[in-house]
Amino acid sequence: MATMFAFAEARSGELRKVAFEALRAARQSADDAEGTADNADGSKVHVLLAGPAGIGAKAGELGQCGADVVHVVEHDGLKHYDAESLAATAAALIKSTGARAAFFSASVEGRDLAPRVAALLEVPLASDVTGFEFSGDAVTVRHPVYAGKAIVSLRLTASPAVISLRPGAVEGSGFRDQGSGVKVQSTQLADDPSASKARVVRTEEAGGDALDLGEAPVIVSGGRGLKAKENFKLVEDLAAAFGNAAVGATRAVTDDGWRNPADQIGQTGRLVSPDLYVAVGISGAIQHLAGMRTSRTIVAINRDKDAPIFKVADYGIVGDLFEIVPALTEAVKRVRSEK
Amino acid sequence: MKIAILIKRTPDTEMRFSIAADGKSLNATGLKHDISDFDGYAVEVALKLVEQHGGETVVITLGADAAQEQLRKALSMGVDRAVQLRADSVPFDNFAIATALAAELKDGGYDLILFGRQATDSAAGAVGVMTATLLGLPCVSAISQLEIADGKGTARRALEGAVEVVEFALPAVLTIDEGIARPRLPALKGIMAAKKKPIDVKPAALGDIRLTVEQMQLPPERAPGRIVGEGADAVPELVRLLQTEAKVL
Ligand SMILES: Cc1cc2nc3c(=O)[nH]c(=O)nc-3n(C[C@H](O)[C@H](O)[C@H](O)COP(=O)(O)OP(=O)(O)OC[C@H]3O[C@@H](n4cnc5c(N)ncnc54)[C@H](O)[C@@H]3O)c2cc1C
Ligand SMILES: Nc1ncnc2c1ncn2[C@@H]1O[C@H](COP(=O)(O)O)[C@@H](O)[C@H]1O
Repeated sequence: MATMFAFAEARSGELRKVAFEALRAARQSADDAEGTADNADGSKVHVLLAGPAGIGAKAGELGQCGADVVHVVEHDGLKHYDAESLAATAAALIKSTGARAAFFSASVEGRDLAPRVAALLEVPLASDVTGFEFSGDAVTVRHPVYAGKAIVSLRLTASPAVISLRPGAVEGSGFRDQGSGVKVQSTQLADDPSASKARVVRTEEAGGDALDLGEAPVIVSGGRGLKAKENFKLVEDLAAAFGNAAVGATRAVTDDGWRNPADQIGQTGRLVSPDLYVAVGISGAIQHLAGMRTSRTIVAINRDKDAPIFKVADYGIVGDLFEIVPALTEAVKRVRSEK
Repeated sequence: MKIAILIKRTPDTEMRFSIAADGKSLNATGLKHDISDFDGYAVEVALKLVEQHGGETVVITLGADAAQEQLRKALSMGVDRAVQLRADSVPFDNFAIATALAAELKDGGYDLILFGRQATDSAAGAVGVMTATLLGLPCVSAISQLEIADGKGTARRALEGAVEVVEFALPAVLTIDEGIARPRLPALKGIMAAKKKPIDVKPAALGDIRLTVEQMQLPPERAPGRIVGEGADAVPELVRLLQTEAKVL
């Protein structure tokens, strides 16, 4: 069976990057399985797109990226995330389409939704997966465990296979331009959100047009080495010099209220993989490394030459950040203005 | 208020890890175990709520007898009693675990059932939400703030770049993120008292196991980095490397 399902995560009426990652995984799985089975109407990748009125306008974009059928749910009860009705709707669709596998993102929302769907389908969840492969009746998935200190290959023999993908682990954009041909089907929610037993009453946006940590190609992060909240200016200035950078932080710093908790990177914060990660005054505790060790290039600035951050850093400078960071900011500005 | 806390015995990740001969697990020698990080926060949240509202706390684990050590620790922190759902080992199959936990919790008369956001070993974040779904109870996952009043609760959970405020009725299932409360250390008095508290041992009803470990590996080492230099004098060389070698500038 080559029918696959993907959940298209959206927020504030916009598709999130992770929606395309789930879609791509579903498309790839369907294509890999092609020829092994037939589907009467040739539709192989079903996508659930749900949100408040107007969300259906995004179906075309999903079609261009490989969706065959987009099931659109528009309901004003979905202004905020409504776990119960979405889970029931997704589970019903996965059943009725006979999907072999269902892909979600292991984003914060996906981490809430996917286990609900799996439980409704009475199957285990392969969570936070960084790679997967179908073989016969089983799927083998890869998943980091023990705060990233080990990686397991898990064999999932249940069907449907419910899988949540670590954000960034699967390339989502620029996948394939399928042009038209997508079938858009409007659908109802399986349950009414007003009947949900737990309800989101408010979503408070962090605000600003700062780049999201999950999307920024460069992240400059600061730790307790900065000594005081106001010194984060140094980190912000360096990020601004790069032009395409977001600002991250360690838990030591978010705990002290120097930065918003949403900026925390690590085991219990965001998991990020930018092209460049600059760690300023960060010791490199295992829980912090768990969130950023897969970054392509890591730079560390720390006055302690034995700090564990230097073990994962491609390039390190030992010394006083208050002297080094301003010099680096000036140098980066110069390079970028010459371009 | 009657509160259940679900805890898992997991290895301390500060230790040096190596893979056992079977290629599927960690070498047991040299491992230290503790209550899984977030489950420790959940214990603290439960104790605080009972201090505030009165009531009873029950700690539950599914695992081998070794996990009684973690139940004892929770008891010594102040939890009233403990249940061990005995299994020779804990499977990776989160649906099987959730099924067994739901069977135990179903008729327990709990007002609140607390889980960790995710276990330190499996790092799945599935068991709590699944158990809630099986029980048909309201569930808020990964909460970082909680208020309970008049049979209702309000919780906050952090999204990427936003915070959700969620209201729910009791009984409910919550999975606890850090930041709510630092777990207390057991006091000597608590440790003595814990010795007299009961641990109720029952078999775990796990059912089919459909998610199993095929292989465990250490992550690929990053290629060894280098110290470019000391102080601000090293900045030009760093910038050169970022341009020519790493090509990120
Ligand atoms: C369950 C659990 C989960 C956790 N989750 C996370 C998580 O998700 N993310 C996270 O980050 N942490 C997490 N932690 C906390 C983690 O263990 C560390 O405590 C934290 O990461 C340390 O932050 P830090 O590097 O900013 O501070 P420190 O460890 O205090 O390091 C500060 C560094 O700054 C350097 N420094 C000081 N002054 C200067 C100067 N003038 N110039 C240059 N360098 C200087 C010092 O040499 C030192 O290395 C978690 C902990 C637990 C128990
Ligand atoms: N064997 C177990 N016994 C008791 N609670 C568990 C067990 N496994 C998982 N849990 C609970 O479920 C949470 C999430 O686990 P996981 O889905 O494996 O990340 C943990 O933080 C615990 O609260």
